[in-house]
Amino acid sequence: MKRAVRYIIFYGFLFGVWFLLAKLKIWPPYLFPTPWGVWEELYGGFRDHTYFIAIAVSMKRVLIGYLISVVLGMILGLGISSNKFLEETMGGLLVSLQSLPSICWWPLALLWFGLSQNAILFVVIMGSLLSVTLAMEDGRKQMPKIFSQAGRNLGAKGFKLFWYVLLPASLPFIVSGLKQGWAFAWRSLITAEMLYMSMGLGQVLMMGRDFSNMSAVIAVMILIIALGYVVDGVVFKGMERRLQSKWGLAPAV
Amino acid sequence: MNASLQNRLSVPAAARTQVKPGARIGPVSVPAPVRIPASENSKVRLSQICLSYRTQTGERLLALDNINLEVKTGEFLCIVGPSGCGKSTLLHLIAGLHPQTAGEVLIDDKPVQGPGTDRIMIFQDHGLFPWLSVGQNVEFGMKMKGLPRAEREEKTRHYLRLVHLAKFENSYIHQLSGGMRQRVAIARALATEPDVLLMDEPFAALDAQTRDLLHDELERIWRETGRTIIFVTHNVREAVRLGDRVVLLTFRPGRVKSEFSVNLPRPRHLEDPEVALTARGILDELREEINRSLEAEYAAGTKPRIDPGAEA
Repeated sequence: MKRAVRYIIFYGFLFGVWFLLAKLKIWPPYLFPTPWGVWEELYGGFRDHTYFIAIAVSMKRVLIGYLISVVLGMILGLGISSNKFLEETMGGLLVSLQSLPSICWWPLALLWFGLSQNAILFVVIMGSLLSVTLAMEDGRKQMPKIFSQAGRNLGAKGFKLFWYVLLPASLPFIVSGLKQGWAFAWRSLITAEMLYMSMGLGQVLMMGRDFSNMSAVIAVMILIIALGYVVDGVVFKGMERRLQSKWGLAPAV
Repeated sequence: MNASLQNRLSVPAAARTQVKPGARIGPVSVPAPVRIPASENSKVRLSQICLSYRTQTGERLLALDNINLEVKTGEFLCIVGPSGCGKSTLLHLIAGLHPQTAGEVLIDDKPVQGPGTDRIMIFQDHGLFPWLSVGQNVEFGMKMKGLPRAEREEKTRHYLRLVHLAKFENSYIHQLSGGMRQRVAIARALATEPDVLLMDEPFAALDAQTRDLLHDELERIWRETGRTIIFVTHNVREAVRLGDRVVLLTFRPGRVKSEFSVNLPRPRHLEDPEVALTARGILDELREEINRSLEAEYAAGTKPRIDPGAEA
């Protein structure tokens, strides 16, 4: 309960400062949105279903893109970690590619896939694939060797070895990479949606800009943060807790 | 009385058979493999096994040199040697987890190619899967084999009962003590019904009481199941306590230095004066090798490491 109190104090303070600044009317509302303006936007957006549709569209896209990069990333990571040549060559390339914002792929994606869903998916995949690949590569290396030896010894090979031994054995080592991959996927998606009339949250945010409705912009920003927080708190925290209780690891502080 | 027990009783009475280590044969100069003819009841045969590898500095190191060994069906063979003699590596070769440079590992006269569930390894740090429950761990090998679920469940329960862990089927590995973990590892190995159990210092990390208990259990399970066991340890007393035969390896490169038949009545105990006496004889020879390994470590300028377990 102490934690809840700390949360209330912190967010109450943040909200209070915002409320106060808005009340003082130092800046006009079109420059500095008021809490009640944002609240009205949120309420209105949900009532006329704009936000529901936007959230559904965005979530669907990010899920598809993320799942593809998880599958691809695991295969790539495993391949790189088990081949010395690939590790030396491609491993280095991937690390340097990670400094490239995925939205840089947007012009090429447009050419290759046209102004479509697939272009957005491509950017999302490029955003999270590298994190997942590097996490898998690293996880495979950190994973105690004895698990794969024991697995092979007990008759697991090929896909069975991967599915029943290597994957679960490396999970505690890749979960933070999977989390990071998710965050990158989510960011890439919103960025791509802002550049393309697409019904997602990114577009709703840009609509706010186009109508100079800063309250709407803030409202969508809050939605984006909230969704990211919920996925992190529900999906990944749940996964971490399950891993901790099975492996007997001390809970991460 | 089963055949394997008969076979064990007929081990030659000579309490101590000295085997002259073979002339040093580098991996390059190994002649065309001439298999030493198998005797009756031979389960595992190592024929002219050599293993060399390149160190980080680029020089070739001979780890195992011309190892010839034969293990009979149902025999309990112990391999002792100073740390760094390659005794664990030898088990990995038999398990098929690592290829040898030259020579052959034969199971029932057939050369080993890669891992197989007829030879299951039990590791010092057990190698149990922490993401699976105890029952699922025991079931794992059978699942890989593709046995039907009902059969798997029945056998899992059977082998967990055999190691007295039936109540812990749904626990996770981290909830068990060290001794219990090793018992799960034994159950998991037995559940795939291997002919040969390869045990790599399985009890080295356990406290003395737990180890005594597991010696008794292992001896009982061995008697009940009639499996062939190859048990690697650096503890000579443990080897004499458990083995029908003890093979002593030399320090780097690992060669067979001597072989000892242990013809003491079972069940034995670590404290038995006969066990201590037999261990004493083996230890005298082992000590030479330990000294060599220490000299090598001094020469290499590394911190000397004395293996406390080797002191019986």
